Amino acid sequence: MNWWAIVAIYRFEMARTWRTIWQSIVSPVISTSLYFVVFGAAIGSRISEVEGVSYGAFIVPGLIMLSVITQSIANASFGIYFPKFIGTIYELLSAPVSFLEIVIGYVGAAATKSLMIGIIILGTAYLFVPMRIEYPLAMLAFLTLTCLSFSLFGFIIGIWAKNFEQLQLIPLLIITPLVFLGGAFYSISMLPPLWQTITLFNPVVYLISGFRWSFYGLADVALGWSLLAIFGFTLLCLGVIWWIFRSGWRIKS
Amino acid sequence: MGTMISVESVAKTYDSGLVALNDVSLQIEEGEILALLGPNGAGKTTLISIICGITNLSAGRVTVGGHDVVHDYRAARRMIGLVPQEIALEPFERVWNTVRLSRGLFGLPSDDAYLQDVLQKLSLWDKRGAQVLELSGGMKRRVLIAKALSHAPRVLFLDEPTAGVDVELRKDMWEIVRELKAQGVTIILTTHYIEEAEAIADRVGVINRGEILLVEETQALMRRMGQKEMVIELQAPVDAIPEALGKYNLALGDDPCRLVYSYVTQAGRRPGITALLSDISAAGLVLRDVQTRQSSLEDIFVDLVREPAA
Ligand SMILES: Nc1ncnc2c1ncn2[C@@H]1O[C@H](COP(=O)(O)OP(=O)(O)OP(=O)(O)O)[C@@H](O)[C@H]1O
Ligand SMILES: [Mg+2]
Repeated sequence: MNWWAIVAIYRFEMARTWRTIWQSIVSPVISTSLYFVVFGAAIGSRISEVEGVSYGAFIVPGLIMLSVITQSIANASFGIYFPKFIGTIYELLSAPVSFLEIVIGYVGAAATKSLMIGIIILGTAYLFVPMRIEYPLAMLAFLTLTCLSFSLFGFIIGIWAKNFEQLQLIPLLIITPLVFLGGAFYSISMLPPLWQTITLFNPVVYLISGFRWSFYGLADVALGWSLLAIFGFTLLCLGVIWWIFRSGWRIKS
Repeated sequence: MGTMISVESVAKTYDSGLVALNDVSLQIEEGEILALLGPNGAGKTTLISIICGITNLSAGRVTVGGHDVVHDYRAARRMIGLVPQEIALEPFERVWNTVRLSRGLFGLPSDDAYLQDVLQKLSLWDKRGAQVLELSGGMKRRVLIAKALSHAPRVLFLDEPTAGVDVELRKDMWEIVRELKAQGVTIILTTHYIEEAEAIADRVGVINRGEILLVEETQALMRRMGQKEMVIELQAPVDAIPEALGKYNLALGDDPCRLVYSYVTQAGRRPGITALLSDISAAGLVLRDVQTRQSSLEDIFVDLVREPAA
């Protein structure tokens, strides 16, 4: 393993985060606060409780997931797309680094940033609603795994994208709907039976359900399925990236 | 000193179907300076990119220091520093961090003293804290060189290092190249300024349409293909070459007062200048002036590349 290379990439990528640290913190704090105002106060006044948890508190895990998933994809896809766009990728390709080292460096940095944002949102949520976290370690594990797996996914998008529009396309067209329809703001049990079945094909349901379980012990689907979903997704992304570097797809001519 | 880089029957066809390299073989000796010359689109950058791992080869084999660039890429790439043709730098990052990144990528722990030395040699030390976007084009090129040197490579590729660079930096650059050569670094450079190649390269390779036309020692090439011309200016114009001078390789100049004599300077062959001059005065012509000039590598190169591809 070329450890120095991993450290060098990670540091260089984190420098981008530090350069824009205020934007990185302020925008999720503001958007979370807005969600609380709209969903928590406006809708929450009509739905008082979901399975014994106040609506405001109920949506916190979903909100964190929403931000963390979007941020992970955005950070990681931009992180690798930018060198492709400005041409600095030549250096990665001509350096004695393996695909695994590149991925650990880039994805590690992207996941770190979204993990930071996830924790900041959690802190912001505490200011709005009284909350409890039943299984803090499981919560952190779920959060970290989500950051990692969606950063991997973002990395793939960044390599696939040929322009800035494509960079936005998948998050906008696929991920945001999946997260919104994945039970971020409601419990699956609140849906009519047909929709409940359809929803089970949405992989994000399993992530949000597992994450919410770590807060309140409530889950829409069995915990085992949630774990399987997130590990499966991570492995799938790793496999795709391995193939990309083997074939040089969209990075080497 | 052995072979540092060995390129064996390398071919490259891009996805577009364009054949950029066609059965290229080339041996580069350790410690030499090789200049690759060739017109735009000849395949110089493609060849360099294949050796450095940026582009996949379609056929053939390349080794650097005995290491296959595909199967043993780590060992091969560790030896190589590359200064690309296009300036590509992260605009918002600071010079110092960019150079540190390069060193790290090549698997080396940071060594601030060494990097300071590299930056000082390139007159970049004062700019180490500047963002890349604040630098001028020539300074950015220096940063690229600093990045390539950050891991003390044994082989350095300079893909048109002097494009868009002022005289001062050019001198600095050749100074650095000479210094690196003295340390035993193998240097491969491409340039369109042929005088540069003539002045600095041990050997010259000419590449055109994806094929190597020749690789030869610069001096030998100059001797072999270098012609000399002597321009003889006369007091009075002539309309034809006098019969008495027919045995000489003479031509009429663009001015009727001029005759041009082409000859080769080679060991063991007499240029025949003395005989020509005495025959000229015997023919009754009066000399006004005589000049000689040597054809440059540029002329040789233009001749080679002009030849229609078979
Ligand atoms: N990524 C690519 N895809 C398709 N064709 C390419 C690609 N890169 C280069 N080419 C083509 O391959 C040929 C060789 O290009 P290359 O860049 O190696 O030339 P060069 O000798 O470096 O030229 P120059 O002096 O202009 O830098 C050209 O015809 C070019 O158009
Ligand atoms: Mg080129």
